[in-house]
Amino acid sequence: MRVLIKGAGVGGLTLAHELAGRGVEVAVAERQPDFGGAASWFAGGMLAPWCERESAEETVLTRGIGAIDWWDRALPGEVSRNGTLVVAPPRDVGELKRFASRTSGFEWLGGEAIARLEPALAGRFREALFFPGEAHLDPRRALVLLRQKLVENGVAFIGEADNSSDSDLIADCSGASRIGAIAGLRGVRGEMLYLQTGEVELSRPVRLIHPRIPLYIVPRGNGLFMCGATMIETDDGGPIAARSLMELLNAAYALHPAFGEARLLETGTGVRPAFADNLPRVMRAGNTITLNGLYRHGFLLSPALAEEAANLALTRNLKGDAA
Amino acid sequence: MLTLYGQELRSRLLLGTARYPSPAALEDAVRSSATEIVTVSLRRETAGGRQGGAFFDLIRSLGVHVLPNTAGCHSVAEAVLTAKMAREVFGTNWIKLEVIGHQDTLQPDVFGLVEAARILCAEGFEVFPYTTDDLVVGEHLVEAGCKVLMPWCAPIGSAMGPQNIPALRAMRAHFPDMPLIVDAGIGRPSHATTVMELGFDAVLLNTAVAGATKPALMASAFARAIDAGRDAFEAGMLEPRDFAVPSTPVIGKAVFA
Repeated sequence: MRVLIKGAGVGGLTLAHELAGRGVEVAVAERQPDFGGAASWFAGGMLAPWCERESAEETVLTRGIGAIDWWDRALPGEVSRNGTLVVAPPRDVGELKRFASRTSGFEWLGGEAIARLEPALAGRFREALFFPGEAHLDPRRALVLLRQKLVENGVAFIGEADNSSDSDLIADCSGASRIGAIAGLRGVRGEMLYLQTGEVELSRPVRLIHPRIPLYIVPRGNGLFMCGATMIETDDGGPIAARSLMELLNAAYALHPAFGEARLLETGTGVRPAFADNLPRVMRAGNTITLNGLYRHGFLLSPALAEEAANLALTRNLKGDAA
Repeated sequence: MLTLYGQELRSRLLLGTARYPSPAALEDAVRSSATEIVTVSLRRETAGGRQGGAFFDLIRSLGVHVLPNTAGCHSVAEAVLTAKMAREVFGTNWIKLEVIGHQDTLQPDVFGLVEAARILCAEGFEVFPYTTDDLVVGEHLVEAGCKVLMPWCAPIGSAMGPQNIPALRAMRAHFPDMPLIVDAGIGRPSHATTVMELGFDAVLLNTAVAGATKPALMASAFARAIDAGRDAFEAGMLEPRDFAVPSTPVIGKAVFA
């Protein structure tokens, strides 16, 4: 069986890995070889199903839990299992209680425990929520390494050239580029930035409660930090807005003043594809399977979605062969 | 029946559209509350880029009146420009006018508010100004052409509920025939009932519903609380008194004293 996967973001690559692992002959059509069009290139890389439950449906937690082990198996050594720390500025401490009331899998930490976990934050916060079961990875390394692994395993990466005629099945994982073509798919803009400083060290993603946007800072090692991400209801993928930049930098500064001296290495914008319920879908019509709508949960939910899509591809195909 | 700029409305709940877990959750909340007006922020959802898109399509498809707002505007010029953009995008003269004076409290800049209201009313807009409970500011807004006033009862998003009941009472008494909508600071249904009992005409909410664990259920709780408060106001409530009053007449009964 031959499957042509359209789209080489986290959804496409995860599905390629799943299908190749089941002995399917896979080719991946990528529009840009540098991941430039993929929302996942701008992702936080947090594998944080318990935290996400604060605003997401229960299914994001239940289907997302397995992602940590999936990525660890697919890319050994790339997943850091250090949990997530959630903090709030003194005046928003009440919001921590609200966060806690909507989530599970955490423990309350006082100032000393925070300092033990993240010495850089010593004395800065009196209370925090710690989600020990969560993990993170560097999404850019993960995408590059996964693509490399797929190439080594015989998956062909082709340009946009349409050679779908010699495939048994097409799997469309082309994300936000399908907005307008798939009913109900919309774009949710996310802006992020990369900071570099030698003055702060963090071992895990830190979320800062903010009245409007879920702000987080994820350490990438070597003094590099990713800070994200806005949530704006538009499919405009243009450069970061000044206000968003101010808010993200403010958050970093509120977390630790040393970020005020950091170098701003990069700003970026990704357009997350999402359906009205912000949950992803796998659909099949004829010999085309569509996997889309991963929203802000690309790395978290693509393993479960890839499994679902692969099952759909293989079972239906067996029936087809038998007929 | 509530009438706002000639539009008759059954529901006395106006619902904001920001910060829901998903557009689907927003739609559920609108349906379960039977609200007839939703407010939508133009600025926040466009990032200064092109307008339209799926979110605005969804808002339009709700089949309720859209009250665009100028949330996030800090100057008269910004608010006026945003109002004009909103008129293009949603094809309505309605505008919820916010000119924010203070980043932390989101307190309205009442001077800029009056100035922007005057400009927009002159250009044919039907302005719903987000204001404080100050009577003189209210008078200036009415003089500028506003036919609705929307005072806060606490800072936006604070969920504190009515902080200054005497000021709200005074506002109701001072503007007896003007539709008054409490616009900000409501946290729970009992807050909404309280201001409706004072005789306010409607309540505008966003965070209290969007931030609830079950937004649709909370929206319906608010709708019922608002109706209860309105019914109580129309039914006429007792004034509190210092002594007990038996609910059964005592005349004719033997008195043992």
